Amino acid sequence: MNNKIKRFIPQILTLLFVIGVIGFFTLNAQVNMDNRGIDFGFGFLKQESSFDVQFSLIEYSGSHSYARAYLVGLLNTLLVSFISIIFCTILGVIIGVSRLSSNFLIRNSAAWYVEFFRNIPLLLQIFFWYYAALRALPLPEKAAPWFGVTFMTIKGYYIPSFIWNNLDVFLYSILAVIICILFINSYAKKLRETSGKQIPLFFISIGLLIVLPALSFLIGGVSLDFEIPVLKKLSQTSYTYEGGIGLPPELIALVLALSLYTSTFVAECVRAGIQGVSKGQKEAAASVGLTPNQILKLVIMPQALRIIIPPTTNQYLNLTKNSSLAAAIAYPDLVLVFAGTALMQTGKAIEIVSITMLTYLSISLAIAALMNWYNKKIEIKEK
Amino acid sequence: MFNVIRKLTSFAAMVAVLFVFTTETMAAKKSKTLKNTQKKGFVRCGVSQGLPGFSNADASGNWTGIDVDVCRAVAAAVLGDANKVKFTPLSAKERFTALTSGEIDILSRNTTWTLSRDADIGLTFVGVNFYDGQGFMVRKNSGITSTSQFKNGISACTNIGTTTELNMRDFFNSRGISYEPVAFEKADEVVAAYDAGRCDTYTTDKSGLAAQRTKMKNPDEHIVLPETISKEPLGPVVRQGDAVWEDIVRWSLNTMIEAEEYGITSANADSMKTSDNPAIKRLVGAEGEMGAAFGLDNDWNLRIIKQVGNYGESYKRNIADTGILPDRGPNQLWTKGGILYVPPAR
Repeated sequence: MNNKIKRFIPQILTLLFVIGVIGFFTLNAQVNMDNRGIDFGFGFLKQESSFDVQFSLIEYSGSHSYARAYLVGLLNTLLVSFISIIFCTILGVIIGVSRLSSNFLIRNSAAWYVEFFRNIPLLLQIFFWYYAALRALPLPEKAAPWFGVTFMTIKGYYIPSFIWNNLDVFLYSILAVIICILFINSYAKKLRETSGKQIPLFFISIGLLIVLPALSFLIGGVSLDFEIPVLKKLSQTSYTYEGGIGLPPELIALVLALSLYTSTFVAECVRAGIQGVSKGQKEAAASVGLTPNQILKLVIMPQALRIIIPPTTNQYLNLTKNSSLAAAIAYPDLVLVFAGTALMQTGKAIEIVSITMLTYLSISLAIAALMNWYNKKIEIKEK
Repeated sequence: MFNVIRKLTSFAAMVAVLFVFTTETMAAKKSKTLKNTQKKGFVRCGVSQGLPGFSNADASGNWTGIDVDVCRAVAAAVLGDANKVKFTPLSAKERFTALTSGEIDILSRNTTWTLSRDADIGLTFVGVNFYDGQGFMVRKNSGITSTSQFKNGISACTNIGTTTELNMRDFFNSRGISYEPVAFEKADEVVAAYDAGRCDTYTTDKSGLAAQRTKMKNPDEHIVLPETISKEPLGPVVRQGDAVWEDIVRWSLNTMIEAEEYGITSANADSMKTSDNPAIKRLVGAEGEMGAAFGLDNDWNLRIIKQVGNYGESYKRNIADTGILPDRGPNQLWTKGGILYVPPAR
């Protein structure tokens, strides 16, 4: 009994201390808000926001609610994070593999790239892309088309938009392809394990991916039109593009800065992962007669990925949180729209900041959960 | 074991009760802010990050402007020295939080007085030191001379966290024009973006447009359109809950305006002590006990006029002589065709 108490007392004291601290801050906030006549509550979320946002993935105008404005900001944050994660992964893998290249030039330029981009503060890089690089772009009327139909201007990158007819039929065909590939995959595995026969799975998958959607165009009544941006005169000297999709320069600058910066860290993770697989593995695989391609695919990568995934998850989380620097260059992300404009217009500082913090926490936890699931999937299965 | 818990919880409850008690009694006392200010020896004043004419720092860090002068007047009144002010530059987004959290005691930062700000956020507006309205700036060579020439697809640069963002929407919406709002946190970023051609128009309060124009690469290439789309009464703000401090700031501003009305300037203030007009004598501390109610001495208003000057002097020094808005427009005394009218100091 005596021992038990001794063990519990520090824990109870710590617990009380934590409760005390939280209680103190809650009480402090309550008393001070009361003194200053500030109400606490989330009712404002239903009110009309009455401000517009530059760029939104869903339909939004000032006549929608603050809750909708929150959603707009959240989706913009997710969009910029998603695009940047894809770019930084592709770039990171290329650079990481290049750092191990036997070619002197490739190896060293990759090393320089990593050292250069990871040692300059991210905010400075964002400012560089937005204020220096993108400001040097031409005005809309002077922009030369890229690929004939897209226009890179100081006001943004204008690309054609797709106009689908019977989009649902097309989506069903894609779904059918995925199901077919999964079936063939498991059949091929069974075939290999029972009879040792190999079938060219990759080519069959590609073939299906082309044939079925093509059929949906030919007999499914699917058609696709393009709306190409057209130059429009606003006044004697100012122009803009109408039609198509306009990607704001703020989004482009942010994606550039985030993916270039984070790709250096991903590259280092990839390099460490590949170097972490011992040389003997490769030699052993070669000695049993596997081709170099098979060695990479079946022996090196499965082991390297186990080392690469956990630190890369951290980088994805960092990237998502760093996307909040968007506020510095007017990209309407969660921080700018919700913790910025909405906060100022309502004055609900505590409510809005806590919602924003919880949102970032949830996004981070979701990414971590996804990556942990993937990590579990590829880790050594002990029998 | 339970004894320990009981003791600790009762202790925690005691601490909590004590805390509530002290904050309650402190709020009930006469101006906590005044006492703190006198103890610190300087007035904590929130200003803009650089708006010529209103609040702007020169190369050596000296702040000037009519918003700055309000804080200097309060410092002259409560501390006896107009230079005893600590200025905190704030973005539009930060300003109210800085005030309500107690980081500053006066917010004098070209802030528009609106119902929701006055009622919701725990702020109190004490008066108006500049009557303004929102306008648009465009490039001269665009050929646009009126907002009626705006077309669908126009992009407009502005600040976030301002009434400007809301007015802009009302304006474009009521005319059925689709537009692209590009909102930055700092005024300098807005100007840079507009100047580079990112936006077709720059919208904010007209005084702000006039002031920011002086910062541009070629000020002559830009014009402010004649239309005014909103009412923007700008004035100093204090925290809610300290009525005496609120009065001190209000009457410091009123003193400057009334001094102009009676022709009292920084140069002749001392000689006005022997004036025949009791209203003038009250303004220079020669009659009545005008400071006692605030807990100040009787010369508080004389010091404001001597050290900072009257409103007209402040306007001339900061806004007219710098070429920002030479014409006083509505910011003229009511006796001279403007709308500046303050209650009498008696």
